[in-house]
Amino acid sequence: MSVATESPAPRNYEVVPKTSPEGSELDGELLEVAMGPQHPSTHGVFRMDVVLDGETVVKLKPVFGYLHRNHEKIAENTSYLGSMPYTDRLDYFCSLTNNWAYALAVEKLAGLQVPERAEFIRVITAELTRLQNHTSVCGFLLQDMGALGTPLMYAFREREKILDLFESLTGARMMCNYMRFGGCRCDLPPGWLDRVRKIVGDFPQFLDSYEALLNTNEILLARTQGVGRLPRELAISAGVTGPMLRACGVDYDIRKVDHYGIYDRFEFRIPLGEQGDVYDRYMIRLLEIRESLKILQQALKEVPGGPIIDPKAKLRSFRPKVGEAYGRIEGPKGELGFYLISDGSPNPYRYRVRPPSLINLTILEDMCLGQSVADAVVTLGSVDIVLGEVDR
Amino acid sequence: MLGSGILKGLAETAKNFVGSYIDESGLTTIEYPDERQTLAENTRQFPFLVFDGDDAMKGLRCVSCQICEKECPPQCIFIVKSKDKKPDHVGKPQFYPATFDIDLSVCMSCQICVEVCPFEAIKMDTEFELSTSDRFGQLLLHKGQLAKPNSHFQEIHPTDAAVSDAALAADKAKAEAKAAADAKAKAEAGIPRPLASSPEAVTIPPALGPPNLPM
Ligand code: SF4
Ligand code: SF4
Repeated sequence: MSVATESPAPRNYEVVPKTSPEGSELDGELLEVAMGPQHPSTHGVFRMDVVLDGETVVKLKPVFGYLHRNHEKIAENTSYLGSMPYTDRLDYFCSLTNNWAYALAVEKLAGLQVPERAEFIRVITAELTRLQNHTSVCGFLLQDMGALGTPLMYAFREREKILDLFESLTGARMMCNYMRFGGCRCDLPPGWLDRVRKIVGDFPQFLDSYEALLNTNEILLARTQGVGRLPRELAISAGVTGPMLRACGVDYDIRKVDHYGIYDRFEFRIPLGEQGDVYDRYMIRLLEIRESLKILQQALKEVPGGPIIDPKAKLRSFRPKVGEAYGRIEGPKGELGFYLISDGSPNPYRYRVRPPSLINLTILEDMCLGQSVADAVVTLGSVDIVLGEVDR
Repeated sequence: MLGSGILKGLAETAKNFVGSYIDESGLTTIEYPDERQTLAENTRQFPFLVFDGDDAMKGLRCVSCQICEKECPPQCIFIVKSKDKKPDHVGKPQFYPATFDIDLSVCMSCQICVEVCPFEAIKMDTEFELSTSDRFGQLLLHKGQLAKPNSHFQEIHPTDAAVSDAALAADKAKAEAKAAADAKAKAEAGIPRPLASSPEAVTIPPALGPPNLPM
């Protein structure tokens, strides 16, 4: 990864110098620690090889791949439809947004039109996904700081309500497999929208209490402000997207840039941070929840009737014409894209996922250098990674 | 004041703690397995095969067209087509699965088999307490274990079952009307004609698109 400003000396990961470069007072030896792959703070099977000088991180190497499932090659050997349930398992917190990104790419490839009602259902489910992802990420971040249980459990309590909605709509809490090329799989069950309205109506109250619980907490402020700072230029040149990029103050949200789906019809703002530290990332997520609630309220007002899938869309023997397409959406973690090349056969010739968490993770070292090892854990928590997506 | 933020947070946890004694909705967990939640109607776990009538093996709707076997993403369905025809076949492809296995340890509950089946023969069950210590004896389900009556389907997914029953009734009415018309034409012409019962003559609901039967 190249940095726009002056580049540091090349990093050599193989040799660990035995003494500290500055020759510190104690002349301590550098210590190489492997955090993970089962370390509780590493969010799954992820390893950070850190080299420590006392408590200070002097090198950090993210090691991933433990959860590699050959997703892309499997997709190249399955029908287009057959890959849909596999996309659930990328970022298993947000299966509905994964479905949407993949459906969007295939719809571009095959030239399918999504009916109005399906577009509304997609926006509602995607924003609900964002709600539950951001609340639980804030809970996990607090967990990494040592707030064991309470914030995470409060977040999970709310998340569970949203997952219940997903279950009654799609049949599964997490592996929804709901969207289809040109629409959605099934129509809303009776009374579903009212349940969403109730949850959306109650959510601000939960958010208020969640913010009262945390936002003025001195420990949280001390642990997050000025920690894991990511310079704006570096974030842009590394291709970071999502809340991490916006925390650095870059106004870039694909919902606003691409206007995919029907996002141009809703009024919402993009919260931006200033410092790009962990605190900004945490606050951006909380603010984004409020904006998502605004979108949901607008969308819930006017869900139209009508079909939920393009009648041209075929379930079996689906063969898009020769061509290529890139579909991308603003997932809760950042830009989630699917790139497909079709050679006219029932399975894609090339299938490529652009996973936001992997790309956001590549600059972990730059955020952690010079900080204490405890801050490295918090910084990792603020990146919001899901290893299913990082490793694929 | 230093620490006021922490106190404010503690007040919030206290509110949640005391609130759960006052308001029932504050208690969000239940004591499974003594208490159980009612499952959402759309809940899906693993597929089962629907049969009509009383005899599970005779009444299986599955005609062994092997579409689901082909479309299942992790390839966990294994079907062997019968050599002989179903005893009660009328005008439709009437083979039956001599073997129909689903490996539950591979199945990912995606419901694609249900969506692609043109004969309403395979549906999703809601049974989830399937843990076992015997990987091959208990998780590799055979035809006999997979077959469940239509009444079971009606019970677990009433809305879907009503749709599926209506579609089947419409198909049946159409087939009967066609058979009657054929019989009439035959009587008029006076020439015996072969029954349209080859596997090519599958009648597939038009909404599902053309068949891609393995020949
Ligand atoms: S698609 Fe339906 S009818 Fe065909 S083999 Fe599968 S279950 Fe049987
Ligand atoms: S639910 Fe999915 S994985 Fe399971 S048998 Fe059906 S198609 Fe295969």
